[in-house]
Amino acid sequence: MTTTLQPKIVEQRQNVVILFAGDSGDGIQLTGSQFTDNNAHFGNDVSTFPNFPAEIRAPQGTLAGVSGYQLQFGSVELFTPGDQCDVLVVMNAAALKANIGKLKQSGTIIANSDGFDAKNLKLAGYIDKDDPLTNGSLTNYSLHAIDITKMTRNALAETTLGMKEKDRCKNMFVLGFINWMYSRDLKNTELFLTSKFAKKPDVLDANRKALLAGYNYGDTSETFTTRFEVLPAPMPKGEYRSITGNQGAALGLIAAAQKAGLDLFYGSYPITPASDILHELSRHKNFGVKTFQAEDEIAAICSAIGASYGGGLGATASSGPGIALKGEAMGLAFMLEIPLVIINVQRGGPSTGLPTKTEQADLWQAVHGRNGEAPIPVLAASSPTDCFEVMYEAVRIAVEHMTPVIFLSDGYIANGAEPWRFPKAADLKPITPPFATPELATKNGPDGKFLPYERDANGVRPWAIPGMKDLQHRIGGIEKQDGTGNISYDPLNHEKMVRLRAEKVRKVVENVPPLDLANGVESGELLILGWGSTYGAIRTAVSALNDEGHQIGHVHLRYLFPFRQELEGILSRFKRVLIPEMNAGQLRQLIRAEYLVDAQGLNKIQGMPFTSEEIKAAALKFLKK
Amino acid sequence: MTTATEVVQGNATPHPGYASDQEVRWCPGCGDYSILKQMETVLKEQGKAKEDIVFISGIGCSSRFPYYLDTYGMHSIHGRAPAIVSGLRVIRPELSVWMITGDGDSLSIGGNHLIHLLRRNVDVNVLLFNNEIYGLTKGQYSPTSPEGSVTRSTPMGSVDHPFNPLALCKGADGSFLARAMDRDPKHLREILVRADAHRGTSLVEIYQNCNVFNDGAFEVFTEKANKPQHTLFVEHGKPLVFANGTKGIKLDGMTPVIVDLAEGASMDDLWIHDERDGFKASILVRLFDDQGHEGAMPRPFGVFFVSDRPTMETKLNAQVALAKEKKGVGNLDDLLSGGRTWTIG
Repeated sequence: MTTTLQPKIVEQRQNVVILFAGDSGDGIQLTGSQFTDNNAHFGNDVSTFPNFPAEIRAPQGTLAGVSGYQLQFGSVELFTPGDQCDVLVVMNAAALKANIGKLKQSGTIIANSDGFDAKNLKLAGYIDKDDPLTNGSLTNYSLHAIDITKMTRNALAETTLGMKEKDRCKNMFVLGFINWMYSRDLKNTELFLTSKFAKKPDVLDANRKALLAGYNYGDTSETFTTRFEVLPAPMPKGEYRSITGNQGAALGLIAAAQKAGLDLFYGSYPITPASDILHELSRHKNFGVKTFQAEDEIAAICSAIGASYGGGLGATASSGPGIALKGEAMGLAFMLEIPLVIINVQRGGPSTGLPTKTEQADLWQAVHGRNGEAPIPVLAASSPTDCFEVMYEAVRIAVEHMTPVIFLSDGYIANGAEPWRFPKAADLKPITPPFATPELATKNGPDGKFLPYERDANGVRPWAIPGMKDLQHRIGGIEKQDGTGNISYDPLNHEKMVRLRAEKVRKVVENVPPLDLANGVESGELLILGWGSTYGAIRTAVSALNDEGHQIGHVHLRYLFPFRQELEGILSRFKRVLIPEMNAGQLRQLIRAEYLVDAQGLNKIQGMPFTSEEIKAAALKFLKK
Repeated sequence: MTTATEVVQGNATPHPGYASDQEVRWCPGCGDYSILKQMETVLKEQGKAKEDIVFISGIGCSSRFPYYLDTYGMHSIHGRAPAIVSGLRVIRPELSVWMITGDGDSLSIGGNHLIHLLRRNVDVNVLLFNNEIYGLTKGQYSPTSPEGSVTRSTPMGSVDHPFNPLALCKGADGSFLARAMDRDPKHLREILVRADAHRGTSLVEIYQNCNVFNDGAFEVFTEKANKPQHTLFVEHGKPLVFANGTKGIKLDGMTPVIVDLAEGASMDDLWIHDERDGFKASILVRLFDDQGHEGAMPRPFGVFFVSDRPTMETKLNAQVALAKEKKGVGNLDDLLSGGRTWTIG
């Protein structure tokens, strides 16, 4: 080290993709999310992709134990966490081996050399302990091997912490260094640490020291001659915060319940990747939120049904396997015609599948997964911030149309974060529950009795809740007589009720604002039709293709069931339709069945999101046909 | 005491006021009629506002119950009533909630929910109609059918060991445990009133005759000729006496023993029922002998156990109140901003 510092060069970048990778106990997720936060606060657009193993602490040093956090930040609008990385930060040999394929040619590797000892190399499967850091195999990249462990220990030599705890601060050294590299200050991270370790002053002190040591290392080390700068993005003016999809869904539930004047009841059984919604909601009891960790998935949805029956807003969440268990109860809520929100944060299936990986293979389950004729509105969110908006809409439909509604997101957007220009409470659309009025006690029945299943113009029945005088009635899962709700086995009544319920659900998409997202051209050679978390990759690909002179449209569905009426017209304005999905073609089949359109699929079932390059390549190939 | 024929008459005239306008459709002679009638009588005597009462049931013959009362009611799905009740109670703790279930509904398909309802101590009155058979599906053995029961699904006799429902519920820390029977209406009404007065999960097992698929399953307890020898009606603070006062039960250490009062055994030595004694209640629920055996212990009826512990919904809503007190009633704009924001432009 020298005291006379070389002036460092600062280069500008439009957008940068960094992947942090290490053992699942290395604090990778924290490093990634803190750097994301820092960039977002600076004014960059950001998009993230946390990717972790199913095991909480998989065997150290193995490929199975590698946890990753990819983020893209830029001075331009971003829709994905990026395809290939500019920088790969690896804490051990396994992290390098698992991720080197994601690094751009001549990209930068920052490696913790301490994680490449004989044991780590063997665990990662490097043959004959052949160290990639020294064997010349990485010459196409800009490689920086730093003994992060040693430098962190040195920085913390004066502290009282044990060796294990010192080593736990390695991630802060990395974070400090990366902040230096991208010309960010440490203020934001220090604020975070101060609040996180408020009760542990020695841990706080150590983390700050490691953070600063990493930053200073960049400043003083002569290996690094260049710093980078990513200017703020031209984002719409306003106040922003960072939000993940699961947070967005939780806040959407609370906001909608408040606007509807209902107590929110959330019945849930822990399951990856939906549990964070339960965690988030349980922190907001001062909003009257009542969370209930049920004994199983069935009890979770049934408790929510009980809450809605009592006049609250019942909601439940799970992932595919849990949703399968909730099927019968969804049918009950559909028959009762009460509000209910069912959230499916999709993961790789079938069965236990890939719990921590993402997939969109529960669409058919959502649309069809009940016995009998039981159509339920299905909405899907396309990004972390969209989770708020779509959840708000899901609650509005459930309450105003007296129906269960399924909200779909997936592991990718549930855990991914992006900046959110959050709304003002006053600007949120009002939600009006169709509560029964006292006049109904005598008004609507031929014999002066209350008719719990008399419908309004939208086919919606009045919401009479226990405690409302003279509106006592009995409801259940058994088929009911039109109007009275009494048990009826009459064949013609059954068909009538089936059709009335279906018609009510069909009307849900009448008069809704054009919420489906779209960009690109409105008619032409090719329409790329998507839903859910593929939005960012499709949008990026379509923008790039149209910049190159192609005429491609992109429509992204929020309403998966029922489809909005104008979809038929949109489909007819394009010669060809391509549907990229992280499944074997579920939307594609629904579209073909509904509209007799020869839609083609682009299907990826690897537990990983699409890259925009994959979409782009498929579109080009398709156009050449 | 009312005779069985007075009670089990089929198409019982419901009490005006608490009966709905729906025709009761259980088989003529079914024990359910008596239970419905006692329920109506109790509701009428209590005079609670109909709109503040809710009956939630699962699936099975007994679960049609809510349709026949002019209160709020839900006939839900098989086994899940405890979960529905739990959500309802959290949102509406001021309502009077009753749950109607059967041995198949709550001990087989819904067994998991029942034990969790009990451990959480949700404030609901559970009427568990036990007829030791699946009636609605036409006669298969149930989780309470005795071993060897010959039914349509077990022509060679069932091989499953049955549940002892109250022992199971005691194991799940139920805070109110009682047993009654369809053919003793006065006692049943007393138990219903006690159950309703208890704050917490009041579990009442009711022996109910299915005269079509399992007729006479409980006649050893219900018919005049056998009843005194085979039943033991327990009352708080009173000695355990049966057989028209000729026999009693004392505790020999932890073991209950029948003593003959006519032969000189002293009343002073008898087990005095204390419904607040959880350890003794654990023994009482275990008096479950096959009545065909020589020297079988009589089957107890009455309130076995009562304990006051807070209900789940009370604790849950107290946390909500505390959060509001500590953090202030939530402000939606603060929630949306999350406190860590930045401004662009």
